[in-house]
Amino acid sequence: MQVIYFDNNATTKVAPEVTEAMLPFFTELWGNPSSMHTFGGQVAKYVDQAREQVADLFNAKPQEILFTSCGTESDNTAIWSALQTQPDKKHIVTTAVEHPAILETAAFWERNGYTVTRLGVDEKGNLDLEEYANALTPDTDIVSIMYANNEVGNIYPIPKMAEMAKERGILFHTDAVQAAGKVDIDLAKVPVDMLSISGHKIHCPKGIGMLYIRKGVLFRPFIRGGHQESGRRGGTENVPYIVGLGKACQLAKEHMAEEQTRVAALRDRLEAGILAHVPECKVNGDPAHRLPGTTNIAFRNIEGEAVLLMLDRLGICASSGSACTSGSLEPSHVLKAMNVPFKYAHSSTRFSLCRYNTEEEVDFAIEHIPAVIKTLRDLSPFKD
Amino acid sequence: MWNYSQKVQDFFLKPHNAGPMEDANAIGEVGSLACGDALKLYLKINDEGVIEKASFETFGCASAIASSSILTDMVIGMKVDDALKITNADIAKALDGLPREKMHCSVMGQEALEAAIRNWKGEPAVPHAQEEGKLVCKCFNVTDQTIIKAIRENNLTTLEDITAFTKAGGACGSCLDEISEILEAELRRQGKGTAAASVAEDVAHNEKVAAAHAEEATGGLTNIERMQKVMAAMQLIRPQLQADGGDVRLVDISGKVVSVQLTGHCGGCPASQATLHQIIESILRMQVEPDIVVKEVKA
Ligand SMILES: Cc1ncc(COP(=O)(O)O)c(C=O)c1O
Ligand code: FES
Repeated sequence: MQVIYFDNNATTKVAPEVTEAMLPFFTELWGNPSSMHTFGGQVAKYVDQAREQVADLFNAKPQEILFTSCGTESDNTAIWSALQTQPDKKHIVTTAVEHPAILETAAFWERNGYTVTRLGVDEKGNLDLEEYANALTPDTDIVSIMYANNEVGNIYPIPKMAEMAKERGILFHTDAVQAAGKVDIDLAKVPVDMLSISGHKIHCPKGIGMLYIRKGVLFRPFIRGGHQESGRRGGTENVPYIVGLGKACQLAKEHMAEEQTRVAALRDRLEAGILAHVPECKVNGDPAHRLPGTTNIAFRNIEGEAVLLMLDRLGICASSGSACTSGSLEPSHVLKAMNVPFKYAHSSTRFSLCRYNTEEEVDFAIEHIPAVIKTLRDLSPFKD
Repeated sequence: MWNYSQKVQDFFLKPHNAGPMEDANAIGEVGSLACGDALKLYLKINDEGVIEKASFETFGCASAIASSSILTDMVIGMKVDDALKITNADIAKALDGLPREKMHCSVMGQEALEAAIRNWKGEPAVPHAQEEGKLVCKCFNVTDQTIIKAIRENNLTTLEDITAFTKAGGACGSCLDEISEILEAELRRQGKGTAAASVAEDVAHNEKVAAAHAEEATGGLTNIERMQKVMAAMQLIRPQLQADGGDVRLVDISGKVVSVQLTGHCGGCPASQATLHQIIESILRMQVEPDIVVKEVKA
């Protein structure tokens, strides 16, 4: 059966170019970049090259790039470093719609004596700049706000929000795991102090991430050990994956325009097709400020896991904010923060597209989804 | 991805007896949109008390649909008295098992069956939770009776089990202490001393951790300061609730635990009440102290 992969916010296919770039580092160039001998040491230049490729995607400097093991580690590191370098400040500002990598980290620090402000969102999932301005205090240690939301795709006004933090001398971190490669982020202009990305969302394998730390921002390592990464993260470099991330960032830069045009058009076609053929459904999030590949559609009166399993039978991969799919008993915290009514929240289904998707796939989905929804609606006791 | 048995998948994709029934003389409804699953069970019971026909409508995941469907197959041809003997474990067994986290789907089936038969007997169709026993989990509307029944029929021994089977405790978690007490008492009643002791141990451990956190928390307010701040914050909260036809009353402040009583408009709906609880707690946490705990007491 064909697989139609519309779950790119969860993880992405590894680009063949990335695999190819990585392979020599499993077979021949397996040395340790810190070694004194030529065999190992020659690997270091590939790590340097990857650092340049990553920096280039964000118009940053190579020495501002710290390789980590994943997006989650980058997020943890950013908060840790901010709190360690400013021990007298005890307040963290974030949002109610972050990924658990930030939410759980903030909750941990909250249990350890910090105060956390979680900015709410409106029914479109947008933040309120006034509420944000009011949350910033002299005691605020760090602001951490995602560049784009993984569930509904909303893009937040990070340039503006980072500017507001900067005016007040407050550190600003952004989780750009979903935005990287899809939103043009120029760090020479956007004054964030730290920024996280994750390889597996941009066609690199799982298990590699990056934290950007602006030159001049004080830093304390989260993982202590050897002198690697200029003493900012202990542990022998994951060379193949670092090389892969470099390649993935280079490709992301080359394909950014395509993401914003062709992929966005595919997403729009899918969304319009579903809305036209399925009654009583609605789009969650803010279509005016959204990642190009993401749409989150709620189908009234049915439940999301059932939708996903039926889509799965058709080879269509998507994901859901429904309680049942996560193993928790409540709908997603993002939809709850947006106050999506229960009639819709339980069936919210996320389709996230990428540059490997085609028009044929989108049309196949549009052709088959209405019947799936109708079958489940016929089974549901709620009809109004 | 859930690991569903072939039977669950079959009954989900090709459910038997789906849809409403025009000439039903017994209808049982349980669950709600807010809870994430709901089942409406239709039965046609003849004069001899035999279930002639059964059908269902379900809002929920694959295992909820499969549980509902196989239940209709099971009861067709049964006498009402025999049908009442069906337990949630029987439903799960008929499906060749359910993932533990999904056992509550089988519980929902059994409850709907009971409700339908009660409806046929002309007994009042009060929602399960208010009908008997004491409401323990307000997020999912679960009573102590339901919890005890689930423990007995499925030999449950842990808190996680209870959440998997009844959903109780799966949202805000404020009912977990009470659930532990029920579980411990029931296990002792069953003579399972060791299991009961381990529940008690877990509770004691959690309390210790909570107490340690409370101590760790920075300097903090004196009792008087805290009381004044809570009262001031309540004055801000009340007009907002009153505008929606509800109200909140401050009952007690003990350390960092603020007891309140919610009344009015929101009293009937467990889900909105849970959000209300969260809202009050988050306002107090912002205005007073970050580790304030709001406890709701009944009138
Ligand atoms: C917004 C966001 N932040 C962080 C992460 C975590 O990244 P990783 O899986 O690399 O730890 C994800 C991905 O799941 C994400 O979507
Ligand atoms: S989870 Fe039981 S009361 Fe909230």
